[in-house]
Amino acid sequence: MDRFRMIFQYFQSNSESVMNGICGLLALASVKMYTCFDFSCPCLPRYNMAYGLGIMFVPPIALFLCGLILNRQSLVMLEEWRRPQGCRKKDLAVIRYMCSSIMQRAMIAPVIWIIVTLLDGKCLICAFSSSVDPEKFVGFANTSLVQVQQLLAKVPCKDDELMRNNTSRKAVSRYLRCWSQALGWSILLILIIAAFLACWLRPCFNQATLLQARHWSNYIDIEQKIFEETCCEHSRLFAHKCILHFFESMRREMKLHSFSLPREGEGAEGEENLLRDITDKDQVNKLLKMWYYEKPPLNVNQCTLYKFSQHTDV
Amino acid sequence: MDKFRMIFQFLQSNQESFMNGICGIMALASAQMYSAFDFNCPCLPHYNLAYGLGILLVPPFILFLLGFVLNNNVSMLAEEWRRPQGQREKDPAVLRYMFCSMAQRAMIAPAVWVSVTLLDGKCITCAFCTSVPVETLGNTSHPGLSQGEMKRVLARIPCKEIYNGQELIANEVAVRYLRCISQALGWCFILLMTTLAFLVRSLRPCFTQAAFLKSRYWSHYIDIERKLFDETCAEHARSFAKVCIQQFFEGMSTDLASAHCHPPRKAPADVGEAAEKLLGITDQGTMNTALKSWHRCKPPLHLHPPALPSGNGWGGGQANLLPQICCRTLCSCHFTQIPP
Repeated sequence: MDRFRMIFQYFQSNSESVMNGICGLLALASVKMYTCFDFSCPCLPRYNMAYGLGIMFVPPIALFLCGLILNRQSLVMLEEWRRPQGCRKKDLAVIRYMCSSIMQRAMIAPVIWIIVTLLDGKCLICAFSSSVDPEKFVGFANTSLVQVQQLLAKVPCKDDELMRNNTSRKAVSRYLRCWSQALGWSILLILIIAAFLACWLRPCFNQATLLQARHWSNYIDIEQKIFEETCCEHSRLFAHKCILHFFESMRREMKLHSFSLPREGEGAEGEENLLRDITDKDQVNKLLKMWYYEKPPLNVNQCTLYKFSQHTDV
Repeated sequence: MDKFRMIFQFLQSNQESFMNGICGIMALASAQMYSAFDFNCPCLPHYNLAYGLGILLVPPFILFLLGFVLNNNVSMLAEEWRRPQGQREKDPAVLRYMFCSMAQRAMIAPAVWVSVTLLDGKCITCAFCTSVPVETLGNTSHPGLSQGEMKRVLARIPCKEIYNGQELIANEVAVRYLRCISQALGWCFILLMTTLAFLVRSLRPCFTQAAFLKSRYWSHYIDIERKLFDETCAEHARSFAKVCIQQFFEGMSTDLASAHCHPPRKAPADVGEAAEKLLGITDQGTMNTALKSWHRCKPPLHLHPPALPSGNGWGGGQANLLPQICCRTLCSCHFTQIPP
């Protein structure tokens, strides 16, 4: 009993911390990926915008999807959403709670990528260098339209032969970088304020519902893990019995020392309880199908347990 | 029993994390291999494409096969696929589940190689430098070159030291252009892979959850059954060997005693355990004969019915437990024939 309790506590505390850990790792991975990535702006009129905005928005989408994939709870939530109702009603509040917690965790790495990109500035300089007003900058003021587009497109490339000693290039670059960093810091500030308000105002609304939703979402998660554990345990015992019968059918008197007679009496009861007379393939399939189509009611009175165990003895 | 249960729990939980660990190590290894690899574009018109695409596509294929080789469930899948039906039907859904889970893990390292290659840009630059649009990027006022000559010049773009087409098209412009295309392809590939993975993972609970639970249960079962069978056979082999050797020594002792016209020495009831274990072989000559006989003429794998009183020899209970074990009956299970 104590051992089971310790295992439960471990799963309970561990599920949240595992998810937070994965979330943190993904955030660090996104920063590392950005620093390792060799940003090279094409410095061509139409390609700049596509490249710059692409680098700013495509990796966050990939990181968001990664965050959803790596989070085990998203599978649990989907299963709970799509299961047939059976004997157990579905609580939409629980599903919504799980969905929102999954989304919040998955959004962290993409937001970090976007903020790091904006604070660094290269993406915005690459994307919008052709869109600045050339009249504001001395070096680009009195050139033809086509010429100015070409020149402005080359601003992000410091080593280009046309741009090497051009002071106006530095001016444009600084101007765009200033905008980029301002945008980055503003987004960061807005997000932090939003998180702060959400934390503080949440207890004012529906605290009881929230507690219930959180409890039942933890419950569903733990139930899933324990079902898998129990299936493993069951398949182990099933294999054990199967092989035992196989050897016994070969020769009746053979008994290996770990299955010797004196111990079998004590062991049999424990095994009986765990196997519940489910000893062939059709019975196991029926059990698994029943688990999916008709989950048992959330009621663990003694008589309900007994009824359920009888129900599975087919 | 408890000890078995703990070991199996450890293996079971560990199998998945073990496979995930191998998968992660291979992904890191593929990224490291790429950075250690010394990419050397040949800078010749037709060779560039072959080299670039070869480096892009051949190592992922090798990594994919390696992913299968390192997965020790492959033999389990092959066994289950090829076994005769016998009394147990074969379930193609279980085979498909096992194959899919192995293939998914094996795909990760190749995907990492392709992504890193595309994001780095050297392969695409090497492969497609002869296809750069000179009209839009290059110097239009340059005197026209023949097709072949132009291709030869463009093929040298990745090799900055020998590039001689600076008037035709600037090297940096061409490299930037190709690299931009390569990185765009790389990010699109990453997005495509993550979208596919997401769809595969999230559509399953919506459509085939019951079938999935069934396949997963039976594939774990097959794995555990195989391990347990191996364990049981090992235990059996140990007991078999014990009794076989015990009977050999006793036979030896009886033979020697009858050769010397002595009655076989029966251990008197009050003699200690050590004397019992000597089994009547108490001098150097007898021992040497026993050892020579063991080498020259090993006993048949056929244990006699228990003529020994219980309590004599080692683990007296052992002999009683294996009375009628015949090597041929044993061999009608899955393992090879042992000649008598």
